[in-house]
Amino acid sequence: MTENDKASSRLTVADRTPSAAIEVDHLVKDYKQTRAVDGISFSIARGSITGLLGGNGAGKTTTIAMIMGLVLPTSGRVRVLGHRMPEESADVLGRMNFESPYVDMPMRLTVRQNLTIFGKLYAVKDLTARIAQLAGDLDLNEFLDRANGKLSAGQKTRVALAKALINQPELLLLDEPTASLDPDTADWVRAHLEAYRKAHNATILLASHNMLEVERLCDRVIIMKRGRIEDDDTPDAIMARYNRATLEEVFLDVARGRSNGAAREVVR
Amino acid sequence: MTELSLHRGISAHRINAMILRYWYLLMSSWPRLLELLYWPALQVITWGFIQLYIAQNANFFARAGGTLIGAVILWDILFRGQLGFSISFLEEMWARNIGNLMMSPLKPIEFLLALMVMSLIRLAIGVIPMTLLALFLFHFNFYSLGLPLIAFFCNLIFTSWAVGIFVSGLVLRNGLGAESIVWTLMFAIMPLACIYYPVSVLPGWLQIVAWTLPPTYVFEGMRALLIDHSFRADLMLDALVINAGLLAASFWAFLALLRSAKKNGSLLSSGE
Repeated sequence: MTENDKASSRLTVADRTPSAAIEVDHLVKDYKQTRAVDGISFSIARGSITGLLGGNGAGKTTTIAMIMGLVLPTSGRVRVLGHRMPEESADVLGRMNFESPYVDMPMRLTVRQNLTIFGKLYAVKDLTARIAQLAGDLDLNEFLDRANGKLSAGQKTRVALAKALINQPELLLLDEPTASLDPDTADWVRAHLEAYRKAHNATILLASHNMLEVERLCDRVIIMKRGRIEDDDTPDAIMARYNRATLEEVFLDVARGRSNGAAREVVR
Repeated sequence: MTELSLHRGISAHRINAMILRYWYLLMSSWPRLLELLYWPALQVITWGFIQLYIAQNANFFARAGGTLIGAVILWDILFRGQLGFSISFLEEMWARNIGNLMMSPLKPIEFLLALMVMSLIRLAIGVIPMTLLALFLFHFNFYSLGLPLIAFFCNLIFTSWAVGIFVSGLVLRNGLGAESIVWTLMFAIMPLACIYYPVSVLPGWLQIVAWTLPPTYVFEGMRALLIDHSFRADLMLDALVINAGLLAASFWAFLALLRSAKKNGSLLSSGE
């Protein structure tokens, strides 16, 4: 039995409860000759922050896209907030949201216009007040009436986050939420995500290459490699298992093919 | 936004949100507005003078006043209707916004309905000034076609939406590498739609193909009205039936292409 299988069976038995925000069951995605996701299973409890770690091509983005319903799985099942995806997505899309470097918001429209349109798409009640609240929380007031295309990378990220929070989602999917941000802005975004989770008991699943970010934010880490789950536990437990002081060192062990046992041998 | 959600309730609120999105875009960009006006104006001026020249030198065209200008205006309704639909769709691809929309509660049918409304708005901005130019420069009153004009317009706009829906699906599936289809597909039916000449000019076997296209019925109907002063309701009904089939087929194709795009992951990489 591989580590992936062990992790899968452990999770399918222990964590598949009706309260799970996301349930992924033996998910496979093939792109022609390439297997991007290889039979992964996991379940994510409501109100938790889970980090999806892995190198380029590990399958993180494809996994998140299948959870969102943007990519159809080759086989396997996904349930989000108790609904099958993509079959029942109409019941759930209004209760979730996402941010990703693979999408932008219309550049010629102002920040306020963009938020107005997405607010209407998500049927946000009292939209003017909601936009004012987000503008205050995310410090958007200074450029609320500026075209999105004229913003800096940091400002755009804050606007994308505002769009992702416009409907006060129960589930937030984030793909590299702080990529290309300076450390100060990145830290500010992380603090806001933590505050949002606490305030709304929201579930957050984030894919990231930033190990410090994952260590700071996440209750749990799922490490992926070549479409499979290499490890799945709390950040502290994973670091202890690999006998490493940081997740970055664990990441390098995984990326370079050292198993947790082998990693310990190297340390000795 | 999935094909399976198609049969659930359609939200006017979400359709309005999408129309507002395109309206904001149009109002924020004078080149976009200018583009809507200038090409139809050039078309009508060019063809208006050709019509004048031919009418001065050919007795038949002197009697059939306005057939060329009428044809060019109707052709523009067909072509601009499709472009109005497809360019609004392309704006989402260019802006890399399609993933945001697909992940929102917006349903495919709502998206397509918003694009249809936008095609009408863009068409109105381009074609109404065109008809006024025809009136003032060439004394051709397009609106004097009367009630048959409604039948002509509806049939042409239905065809333009069917083509627009289909090509949008192709771009969704294949990315912006397929963008040129948006600009050129309508020209493929141009010779068969018999815009400037009667169907009888075509060889027999090509006439059969031509009669499968709803615009052919409209342009024949227009000539019947302007030359023989008779409204051919039978032609309009035939066109309507074919249009119903085309719209249903294009919508089915859009959903199939959307599903295919989700299968091969092209919604995540909507570039070339």
